[in-house]
Amino acid sequence: MLQIGPYTFESRLLLGTGKFSSLEVQRQAVEASEAQILTFALRRMNISDPNQPNFLEQLPLNRFRLLPNTAGARTAQEAVRIARLARASKLCDMIKVEVIGDSDTLLPDPVATLEATRMLVEEGFIVLPYTSDDPVLAQKLEEAGAHAIMPGASPIGSGQGILNPHYLKLIIQRSRVPVIIDAGIGSPADAAQAMELGAEGILLNTAVSGAEDPVRMARGMKLAVEAGRLGYEAGRIAKKGTASASSPVEGMISP
Amino acid sequence: MKKVKIRLNGDSYLLPQDVRTVEDLLIHLKVSERIVVVERNREVLEKEQFISTALEEGDELEIVHFVGGG
Repeated sequence: MLQIGPYTFESRLLLGTGKFSSLEVQRQAVEASEAQILTFALRRMNISDPNQPNFLEQLPLNRFRLLPNTAGARTAQEAVRIARLARASKLCDMIKVEVIGDSDTLLPDPVATLEATRMLVEEGFIVLPYTSDDPVLAQKLEEAGAHAIMPGASPIGSGQGILNPHYLKLIIQRSRVPVIIDAGIGSPADAAQAMELGAEGILLNTAVSGAEDPVRMARGMKLAVEAGRLGYEAGRIAKKGTASASSPVEGMISP
Repeated sequence: MKKVKIRLNGDSYLLPQDVRTVEDLLIHLKVSERIVVVERNREVLEKEQFISTALEEGDELEIVHFVGGG
């Protein structure tokens, strides 16, 4: 079970809801993923056309826990402002802190992320900061009261998979709160690798929404996360430089 | 009577005569039954405040909602 603050989840796959080709594909992908946590962004409503269909309003909300993000924020203050707005919906008290520090790589601003985490913990939010794969920063986020740490595997939407497994493993080994690998996952192999490193969960979006068949990929990711977790819990064999036979070496039929 | 001018989601907006509160405005915009969050002059409003919050000249109002995102 994945435990984040006061909440427990059977699923270790967190799904982003951006960039799906249609509401129907999105709905089916969410279902296939069996995710229990869905991320959303907060944006101005289009006042001139308020009747545009809205995915959130079509969801059976009692089945999911919402994880709004602070995407769009460039400062800690902006992140706090977005978080307060999200909470005023009375639909959620979790927040994914996302303060971008660079528009090309979309890498997080570490200073503002830490500052926003501190402020939001103080205000009683369940805080999940999106961060870079920096073990020192992860430690400081935990000390600031973050309820989970969410380091990126590689830049958002890049699908490059895990660029620095060593640092992610360090973060996982040293953290007392769940580590959820967020961003950069491209394929089920990446997701399984992250889980085998010991991650408590995976947050992904583009890998599913951008796949040729998003619904099938959602199921693939669900299975990969489960497979990777089982592999981690089972404890893999050590890598060796030489072979060792799987079949008995005694009792051969012919000499 | 002079119409009240506010800024709504970043644009200048003249309130219709019968719109006095945030609640009135949401009904006028046909979004009162939708999942929306409202901020007035950088202060988040709780739903219970919509009906009692009068709109005044120069108010900056943000009406936001949840959209897909990662």
